[in-house]
Amino acid sequence: MKQSIWGKILILIGAVVGALLVGALLLLIAGANPLVAYRAMLIGPLSSRYGITEALVKATPLLLVGLGIVIAFRSGILNIGGEGQMVIGALAGSACALALPDLPGILLLPMTLLSSFLAGAVWGGIPGWLKARLSVNEILSTIMLNSIALQLVTFMLRGPLIDPQEIAYGTGFPQTAQLPEQSWLPRLIPRTRLHWGFVVALLLAGLVYVFLWRTSLGYRMRAVGAQKEAARYGGIQVENSLVLAMALSGGFAGLAGMVEVLGIHHRLLDGISAGYGFSGIVAALFGQLHPLGTIPAAILFGALTLGADMMQRAVEVPAAIVLTIQGLVVLFVVGSDVLMRRPDFLKRLLGKRMMPIPEETSQEEVPS
Amino acid sequence: MTEFSALLTSILTITLQAGTSLTYATLGEIYTERSGVLNLGLEGMMLLGAVTAFATSYYTDNPWLAVLVAIIVGGLLATVHAFLTVTMRANQVVSGLSITLFGTGMANFLGQRLGPPEYGGNLVGLVAESFRPTPIPFLSGIPVLGALFKQDILTYGLYILIPLAWYYLYKTRNGLNLRAVGEDPQTADAMGINVFQVRYLYTIFGGMLVGLGGAHLSLAYAPGWTENITGGRGWIVIALVIFAMWNPARAILGAILFGGINAVQFRLQAAGTTFPAAVLNMLPYLLTIIVLVIMTWWEALSKRVGAPAALSKAYMREDK
Repeated sequence: MKQSIWGKILILIGAVVGALLVGALLLLIAGANPLVAYRAMLIGPLSSRYGITEALVKATPLLLVGLGIVIAFRSGILNIGGEGQMVIGALAGSACALALPDLPGILLLPMTLLSSFLAGAVWGGIPGWLKARLSVNEILSTIMLNSIALQLVTFMLRGPLIDPQEIAYGTGFPQTAQLPEQSWLPRLIPRTRLHWGFVVALLLAGLVYVFLWRTSLGYRMRAVGAQKEAARYGGIQVENSLVLAMALSGGFAGLAGMVEVLGIHHRLLDGISAGYGFSGIVAALFGQLHPLGTIPAAILFGALTLGADMMQRAVEVPAAIVLTIQGLVVLFVVGSDVLMRRPDFLKRLLGKRMMPIPEETSQEEVPS
Repeated sequence: MTEFSALLTSILTITLQAGTSLTYATLGEIYTERSGVLNLGLEGMMLLGAVTAFATSYYTDNPWLAVLVAIIVGGLLATVHAFLTVTMRANQVVSGLSITLFGTGMANFLGQRLGPPEYGGNLVGLVAESFRPTPIPFLSGIPVLGALFKQDILTYGLYILIPLAWYYLYKTRNGLNLRAVGEDPQTADAMGINVFQVRYLYTIFGGMLVGLGGAHLSLAYAPGWTENITGGRGWIVIALVIFAMWNPARAILGAILFGGINAVQFRLQAAGTTFPAAVLNMLPYLLTIIVLVIMTWWEALSKRVGAPAALSKAYMREDK
């Protein structure tokens, strides 16, 4: 028995409402009025052109990272390294743009994006290779590579890549010089920060869907994710599939980092990943690990992130509460997951003591 | 010679100080994983343990009460994880990650709210009652090894806890049941062991030790509260569990290794090295990856008992 799509959406909404209710308790403890706070959070992003475009700005990196997560999780490997892959991608792309300031935009923009994709792919491919060849736990290696990447970028921003002006003025703020203007992603709507990166991300979502569900390579990767040993028995190169999945996943995260640079900041600075590497996982899971489902999920979480910022300003609570409520949302979504896979679960759980339930022989669906 | 032994003593001292929180958390996670539950929420649990312990000690001047609070907080978060993964059968990886997300946010939030109003609720930069090194007479006078007996009371606690944890796991009936549940829950269930109860029990027990490890950070190792005081220790611990091969007696090894890195880092920085700080800061993480590679390789080579066979698999009674 499977839950219908509307049932699933209802459960997801229920999970969010549950998380917000617990969050309301925290807001009360913080001395804020939860009603005022949530009005700012839920209505704020929808009430103005600024709010809507800004929500999409935040959805862009979420979607790009999320697409990579979909590829990895569907292929049976967990990529927790989005943060590191993002900053490494942004580092490589920025270095590329800074090194070739005289190239016309039509060449420079694709080159920067490509180099960020490749750098992210390498950074994601390393744990993929370690997993495939040496069966090293990929969760741990990606998390360690996150820390290493952050240290590396901090070092580059304070040393070799620092803006010469920062040295000249003696301010020493850790950021690169502004990237050549022809490499910037143009604005989609004038006088907002919404840029073409969002459109690129939407197109890539379609591309990932076609890749995973309409090509034989994508099919093979999903086969490895669904049943590794069966896939191996069927003649699929499981190791290569894992490395490729992680490389693609890292590539998307690297791209997300560079799109942030080219679309918004126009230079590389500290903290560019801003937790997107983790919240992208949330968006992907929320989108049921489907590239097209990730689009509304990323927009929803983009709006929630922006709304949380607005809430924070409206009722003056610490920024960390945003992260806390996000964590609560995931916890509730994770907890409700079983309801989606087995609608009768709750009845069983509650009914256990009241009446005997006939044994069911159906196999649990393999969580993908 | 005396200078060299003084250097060794100081390195050993710092190693143990830095390794204590790691060892507590490693012991906790070993017990959790032995029951078949993988808890990736350690980073968030340690942080939340550290901040609540520090705040408690600040207001009550009682570090013992603070440790107790951290233990309870760790246990509560672990209960959430147990509920989600054992009862609701959620994916253990995702549940653990969201506990870390929640715990990190919550800890930073509390760090800005639990402080006294005159500091705007901020806990950063405050001083609270902490555990100071209490040398044991005579024993602390031994050259080099005396460093073992110049520690704070929580570190001494480890000297008792590690053998106990080993004995309980390998030499008692309950320990056998615990291992059975982690290896083969179906069979354990058939033998009359309550799989769900065992998993809840040791997930929560493990979480308590993790909370205690967090408390050691803010009460003894680096007294005070700073955001992200754990600096990724929660993740390193998960690697240390693999390094210890799920054996409490080996939990100390990883702690010595990583505590040792901290000590060397500390000495090098004190000596004013020209080594870039970024490289030094990367060392623990690089070493974790190297350790992981070596351990997985060695495990495969020697075919030794590695991870509990049912680790991170939800148990479904009706699917027997």
